[in-house]
Amino acid sequence: MPDHDVRWTTGDPIADTKAPDGPIAERWDRRRFDAKLVNPANRRKQTVIVVGTGLAGGAAGATLAEQGYHVVQFCYQDSPRRAHSIAAQGGINAAKNYRNDGDSVHRLFYDTVKGGDFRARESNVHRLAQVSVEIIDQCVAQGVPFAREYGGLLDTRSFGGVQVSRTFYARGQTGQQLLLGAYQALSRQIAAGNVEMHARTEMLDLIVVDGRARGIVARDLITGAVSTYVADAVVLATGGYGNVFYLSTNAKNSNATAIWRAHRRGAYFANPCFTQIHPTCIPRSGDHQSKLTLMSESLRNDGRIWVPKAKGDTRPPGEIPEDERDYYLERIYPAFGNLVPRDIASRAAKNVCDEGRGVGPGGQGVYLDFADAIRRLGRKAVEAKYGNLFEMYERITAEDPYEVPMRIYPAIHYTMGGLWVDYDLQTTIPGLFAIGEANFSDHGANRLGASALMQGLADGYFVLPSTINDYLARQPHTPVAEDHPAVTEAVGEATDRLARLLSVDGDRTPDSFHRELGELLWDECGMARTESGLRKALDRIPSLREEFWRRIKVPGTGEELNQSLEKANRIVDYLELAELMCLDALHRTESCGGHFREESQTPEGEAARKDEEFSYAAAWEFTGTGAPPVLHREELTFEYVHPTQRSYA
Amino acid sequence: MALATRTERSPSLIGTLWRSTVGKKAVMATTGLIMLAYLVAHMMGNLKVFFGPGEFNHYGHWIRTIGEPFLHRTWFLWIARVVLAASVVLHGVAAYQLSRRDLAARPAKYERKRARASYATRTMRWGGVILGLFVVWHILDLTTLTVNPNAEEGRPYQNLVASFDRWWVSAFYIAAMLALGLHIRHGFWSAAQTLGANSPRRDRAFKVIANGLAALLTLGFLAVPIGVLTGIVS
Amino acid sequence: MNLTLRIWRQRDAGSAGAMTTYEVKGISEDMSFLEMLDHLNEELILAGDEPVAFDHDCREGICGACGMVINGAAHGPERTTTCQLHMRHFSDGDTIDVEPWRAAAFPVVKDLVVDRSAFDRIIGAGGYVSAPTGSAPDAHATPVPKPAADLAFEHAECIGCGACVAACPNGSAMLFTSAKVVHLNVLPQGAPERESRVLDMVDTMDAQGFGGCTNTGECATACPKGIPLTAIGRMNREYLRATVKGRG
Repeated sequence: MPDHDVRWTTGDPIADTKAPDGPIAERWDRRRFDAKLVNPANRRKQTVIVVGTGLAGGAAGATLAEQGYHVVQFCYQDSPRRAHSIAAQGGINAAKNYRNDGDSVHRLFYDTVKGGDFRARESNVHRLAQVSVEIIDQCVAQGVPFAREYGGLLDTRSFGGVQVSRTFYARGQTGQQLLLGAYQALSRQIAAGNVEMHARTEMLDLIVVDGRARGIVARDLITGAVSTYVADAVVLATGGYGNVFYLSTNAKNSNATAIWRAHRRGAYFANPCFTQIHPTCIPRSGDHQSKLTLMSESLRNDGRIWVPKAKGDTRPPGEIPEDERDYYLERIYPAFGNLVPRDIASRAAKNVCDEGRGVGPGGQGVYLDFADAIRRLGRKAVEAKYGNLFEMYERITAEDPYEVPMRIYPAIHYTMGGLWVDYDLQTTIPGLFAIGEANFSDHGANRLGASALMQGLADGYFVLPSTINDYLARQPHTPVAEDHPAVTEAVGEATDRLARLLSVDGDRTPDSFHRELGELLWDECGMARTESGLRKALDRIPSLREEFWRRIKVPGTGEELNQSLEKANRIVDYLELAELMCLDALHRTESCGGHFREESQTPEGEAARKDEEFSYAAAWEFTGTGAPPVLHREELTFEYVHPTQRSYA
Repeated sequence: MALATRTERSPSLIGTLWRSTVGKKAVMATTGLIMLAYLVAHMMGNLKVFFGPGEFNHYGHWIRTIGEPFLHRTWFLWIARVVLAASVVLHGVAAYQLSRRDLAARPAKYERKRARASYATRTMRWGGVILGLFVVWHILDLTTLTVNPNAEEGRPYQNLVASFDRWWVSAFYIAAMLALGLHIRHGFWSAAQTLGANSPRRDRAFKVIANGLAALLTLGFLAVPIGVLTGIVS
Repeated sequence: MNLTLRIWRQRDAGSAGAMTTYEVKGISEDMSFLEMLDHLNEELILAGDEPVAFDHDCREGICGACGMVINGAAHGPERTTTCQLHMRHFSDGDTIDVEPWRAAAFPVVKDLVVDRSAFDRIIGAGGYVSAPTGSAPDAHATPVPKPAADLAFEHAECIGCGACVAACPNGSAMLFTSAKVVHLNVLPQGAPERESRVLDMVDTMDAQGFGGCTNTGECATACPKGIPLTAIGRMNREYLRATVKGRG
């Protein structure tokens, strides 16, 4: 794509200056040794703001407080225990090699770089694999009730198609148990007075003073009071931006406001088009659908995916004879069959539905059939393996998956893109750090199963608490005046925006705009993207934004609990972020990982990467709403894992 | 630094127990079990009434001599009375204080309440009040003989028959014994739970024992007024 | 289906509230209860009224944010969270009462939103293992017998929604508190703080204004995660043991 396209301009490339050279296995140790430390006695005088209390934020808040920093922490939920990390089901990877099955730090590193389709930074990924080992130790010490074997040792399973058994789990609620571990550690520090916790308080903007992040503007969601909080450093642990699609597996209130406001204040946003779609979600049941529910990928181990061979076949599944069924994954990918990676399974489902062969309401679904498994293993065995998932499915759909095949459809699940960070997890604004799903760092263009929990906790417990010391030690510890122009300007902007939302008094609800934006993005920037589709979306979004500011209706006032105002304020940011996502997708004319450009396919119809052109992370600089952003490339070099084209045929 | 978050506590065991809801409830459970044990003995003693005035009066006399010659006459009886009186008072005061607290903790009612707990569970408070009043009456009637017009000290059998010959006394007695059954039915299992003796494995057993004790004591106690009213005992 | 909703409306913590009646039409049986309320709220906004405020987030039954008393039962007629309750459990023409959790320790914030921060304070009082980051030995250093691990897990499933308090006639938090005490006290990792944990958590629970336990069992019946009533018995044992052993 030529740079002279007026939609964006190209700026200087950026380099990650913090990652040491030398053998990759020694880099993390060297970085830790080279980092300056803050004298323990001085830590109490340093304030660190942490926004978000999920795995990354909860772990970071607790750990920084344990180290002696004064932590001021925020979450929009009524309790830090509710962050959406809690919903992760599957497990957490760690290179413990307890199974003696050939796993190692290097293998986890290798799998993650390869799984990310060679769009992640090697140094970061290797550190992640190293730290993974400590995470399990830490969580067990906290009392996280991982699954165990009869000998009392930890059980593991293999997950996401890897050949080693390195996934630790707590039934289907691993995320919940890990999050509660972090929440409990955080609660201990809150009770000890080391963390000042502000629940039901949402970050509205970042305060940047003299080029450094020095605080945030936040709104108390109960009283509506907009206040400023100043600090020596700010950590964003606010998760991903999947809710820009309206329908996703994210929690309803997960949002992109914190990272987007930071982006507007100068933090580069990297690879926004890298979004992950999960193939096994429960399809929508109608226009009332408010969110999507994921079911563990493990279902594909025994379920067979199919659709009718004929278009528009509306017979109940039981009446469709075997020879009129198309087990399309088994047909197209005979070697991997139903176990192809997430992106491939998702795209294949979309293709058959686009052909008009989808099943269920609106034709947006495919069958996941356990009839063969029940015949082969018996109902009891199937129940033992998947009983709780079957129950959940039946509760939501009122269909019994033992009798009728499940219906599944892909849904937005995770966003690999996020704020650009260096090896220290610092954004391009000094003093602003981004951890967990909020940053872009470790998963490249595609995340492997059971790696999100690993990255969140790695960043929160181990990486950030080490690297932030270096920043704090090198900065003069100066106070920020409450009436500093940068502070008053940020507060003014935030309150003006809320006042404006309340004053339009139009005729459309916040949700109606969110749904419309989500549908547009899903169609044009979802599972498969084309230049014409993306251009269409890029033309539509500014007009939708204009319509939003003309027709939005927000009832009530700003001085009370006003959930409509919260929603509308988040949609303002989605309407800008969506544009950058489409732009990023448009400029990246290759296919890689979760980003599939129809123009870039192999003869077999698989994603074709263009390493000569696109072996970089695209970090975007904000220049104004609707104004062309500046592209800064971070070239990726692969010294240890050499790029190969994925093939699953 | 990870500061210690431990609170300083007074070293008094009783104080700790009495101050917390869990501890106070344990006091209720313990005193309840003491009273329950007494009731079992009391009920068995009552049944001697069916073997005639001689045996019953003899039993009444023996109670005063338990522990002799180690204990002086009636010492055992007085020790038992003191323990029982203390139990009744502790049980009642704890129940009163906990109930006050419980009612304050749920100031508003639901529009449409769907109670799922058993009748026995829901009648613990009023049942307890009825039993408390009954105990007062019962002592005045058959121990101090204050409200028993035809009573004569030292002849418990005759006093008992004279009392139950009044239909309304028997009615009150029967109502109180039904309340007692309900109270024990929930109370015994509840005590096991409160004292931490319960477990998933034992839960069923405790419920069976509670029902058994409730039925046994109710029937045992009811046998006497019914015996008097039907003329079997006269 | 068409329904009559009677919903508790309360402007803020300081105002008096009242049940207000709304008619909703065209409700699909595939909607979740919260989607039905979304539908009502969209209509209210367009009509110039204020939508009903309610807490919700994951809508998968795991975050514990949602919760309302539906026809007198916490989370409604099914044993699940409100977000996982579907309208197929109701019939056309039904009148449905929707109220907030009622307990002195959970003051109403607005409409169906209540303040459950007392739960966080109970956890802060001892619902953790003191294991600062970096201090952990190898995960396999201490094997945990599978029965203990399973028991811990069963109690660790609590989502902190507060249905137990809402259902309890005494507004008691015993099931919530005991779930965490049992989870940590049965594990070897939790053993060093075993006594202080239960004593401090019960003290804090009492101080937050929750009622005591009268063993009615309403809490366990309402619990969407099936935390067993025996958890309370186990905590009572831990408490008495800790008292007798003499402070942690």
